[in-house]
Amino acid sequence: MWNRKHLLGLEELSREELVEILDRARTFRDRCTSSERKHTTLAGKTVVMLFFEPSTRTTTSFTLAAQRLSADVVSFSSTGSSTTKGETLIDTARNIEAMGVDILVIRHTASGAPHLVARHVDASVVNAGDGAHEHPTQGLLDLYTIREKKKKFEGLKVVIVGDIAHSRVARSDIFGLVTLGAEVFVSGPETLVPEPIAELGVTVVKDFDEIVGEADVVNILRIQRERIEGTVLPSTAEYTRLYGLTRDRERRMKPDALVMHPGPINRGVEIAPEVADGEHSVILEQVTNGVAVRMAVLSMVVGK
Amino acid sequence: MGSILIQGGRVCDPASGRDEPADVLVRDGKIVQVGRVKGKADRVIDAAGKIVCPGLIDMHVHFREPGNEEAETIASGVAAAVGGGFTAAALMPNTEPPVDTAQGVERVRLGAARAGLARVHPIACITKGRKGAELADLASLSQAGAAGFSDDGAWVADAELMRRAMECARTLGKPVISHAEDPKRSAHGVMHEGAVSTRLGLAGISAASEVAAVERDVLLAEETGAHLHVAHVSVAGAVEVIRRAKARGVHVTAEATAHHLVLSDECLLERDEAGILKFDTNYKMKPPLRTRGDVEALRTGLGDGTIDCIVSDHAPHGLETKAVEFSEASFGIVGLETTLPLIITELIETGVLSWSRAVGALTANPARVLGVSSGALSAGAEADITIIDPGREWTIDVNALRSRSRNSPFDGRKVKGIAACVIVGGEVKAGR
Repeated sequence: MWNRKHLLGLEELSREELVEILDRARTFRDRCTSSERKHTTLAGKTVVMLFFEPSTRTTTSFTLAAQRLSADVVSFSSTGSSTTKGETLIDTARNIEAMGVDILVIRHTASGAPHLVARHVDASVVNAGDGAHEHPTQGLLDLYTIREKKKKFEGLKVVIVGDIAHSRVARSDIFGLVTLGAEVFVSGPETLVPEPIAELGVTVVKDFDEIVGEADVVNILRIQRERIEGTVLPSTAEYTRLYGLTRDRERRMKPDALVMHPGPINRGVEIAPEVADGEHSVILEQVTNGVAVRMAVLSMVVGK
Repeated sequence: MGSILIQGGRVCDPASGRDEPADVLVRDGKIVQVGRVKGKADRVIDAAGKIVCPGLIDMHVHFREPGNEEAETIASGVAAAVGGGFTAAALMPNTEPPVDTAQGVERVRLGAARAGLARVHPIACITKGRKGAELADLASLSQAGAAGFSDDGAWVADAELMRRAMECARTLGKPVISHAEDPKRSAHGVMHEGAVSTRLGLAGISAASEVAAVERDVLLAEETGAHLHVAHVSVAGAVEVIRRAKARGVHVTAEATAHHLVLSDECLLERDEAGILKFDTNYKMKPPLRTRGDVEALRTGLGDGTIDCIVSDHAPHGLETKAVEFSEASFGIVGLETTLPLIITELIETGVLSWSRAVGALTANPARVLGVSSGALSAGAEADITIIDPGREWTIDVNALRSRSRNSPFDGRKVKGIAACVIVGGEVKAGR
């Protein structure tokens, strides 16, 4: 039974806890797109978005989730690390908490930042992405989406493709999927798939084409343009040729396989536009599910 | 000054090959006799059940004077040294400003003399300002009292410049102490690049960034005939390079820190009582904590003489530089007061190292590397003596440290063994 005060990652969650969150999200999901979106679960509670890394999508998703639960929501965004700003992360968090706050939703460029805050405040902390470490609510909404479509995880072949090395989405997905019994594969350029990732319980596949036809789920990660044309990758064309989910690759996929992407998508780079909008794609459903999952998480961390 | 008789202890003096019950007689600041001493002395120290060694030498410490006296002054640093059982320490020059002039060296020596506790052997910069661009005035630094040269904290990436430095150092008869890390390869890394850094999503420092740098330094030492001392070796690959270099006659020595001999990168996976990952910045240092396999290789290296010295790499930092995000935190931990108990508890008590080998790595060997006359209990030598109580069980408390800084991962750790009495130049500086 869930009794945690924080959601910092999926690595430490048991199968039961993961299922409990997904079940709770289901109770919110149906009303999400109806006109009866509002609940009073968090009436009187204050939620602060503490984003040290820019993001409009995740902030919006969390903000809508909190508002639909009738919480008061405030956003504090700041770019730059503690050293450039002057005020330390702990000071910032405690100052905001001193205004009377129940939940801090934190996104930061540094792995471990939400954990540091959690150990210094009394409020609940929800990790909205810490460096390359975890993005637990993204992982949860991915799990939710897969469960809705596939009903189960055991034995399901899930392939995550792209810049695994720098992806917090990949790590959270891997932790959650492995706990729930899925068979996880990762693929991507040599320079962006660290060898030790196999120790997390996944199989590394160097050649995407080897696995695309067997996958039940293909999760395409966004490739950051700064990585391409740098020392890591030669060109977008090369990336697309080797790891892009092109129309040709989509044709080889199983008929009921899912295509997922955490967004925002680079049309034509890691995913062909036709595929992003095609019949395998559940990308927009992921987004809708995201709000429901975040509603569940915000409720559960304060014991509601 | 009078005389002191240290009676009834076990004398462990690897320099002379002695490891047996014996007394030590000190008079007017010098060791007079080691053996069965009859007769009286002004003061008698009962060393029954204790181990009597030459004064321990930590050949790799950082004090923060000038530049960051809040973290550590020379005075607080030498107090921490004797508190930890050390009678001498070699100070790294990466202060602000760095020690790259004769005046800088002189200032360090004066600061230590004024404090009157542990002796200090100043290490001076290899390059001006530690910038790695121009050689510092190595001859005048040596003349002013520098025991060796190092840009510690940074590697001299320009091989030709390092070669010139080694040629000069060879002529001066001083070692070049290299912090072997290729910065192009360690880039923004904050911990060992491996399974743990992958799991935590933290940028890694590869083992190769150290091995490649050590290889280059060894080749230069071979070419120039200079004495290369490799600072804080942390990976198996580097131990192997040094082993092979020694075998073919290169004048190379090496050291390993107490924390690299005891901790691995798995410490970064620790969670607190609530199950939250700690991302404990007291496990952040350079070189980073490595794998268990590397720890084993370092221990083996110590055992077979590939690694000559045990050091602390005492690196004091203000709390505010550690109570931040892991990637932003300063690198380094204090170690003068935790090195001895850790070595006793984790290496000697467990049978990994003999007392002789361990004490040698803290006395005769660093003395030999630095070219100083201490590190031995020989008649006529300065009376620098450390008396160790090997059986005392205690718990490390960072708030009881004499250092001005508290950045240590060992707070609350139960250990066995402590320096009971520290004598420098015939005067008791710590203990009874």
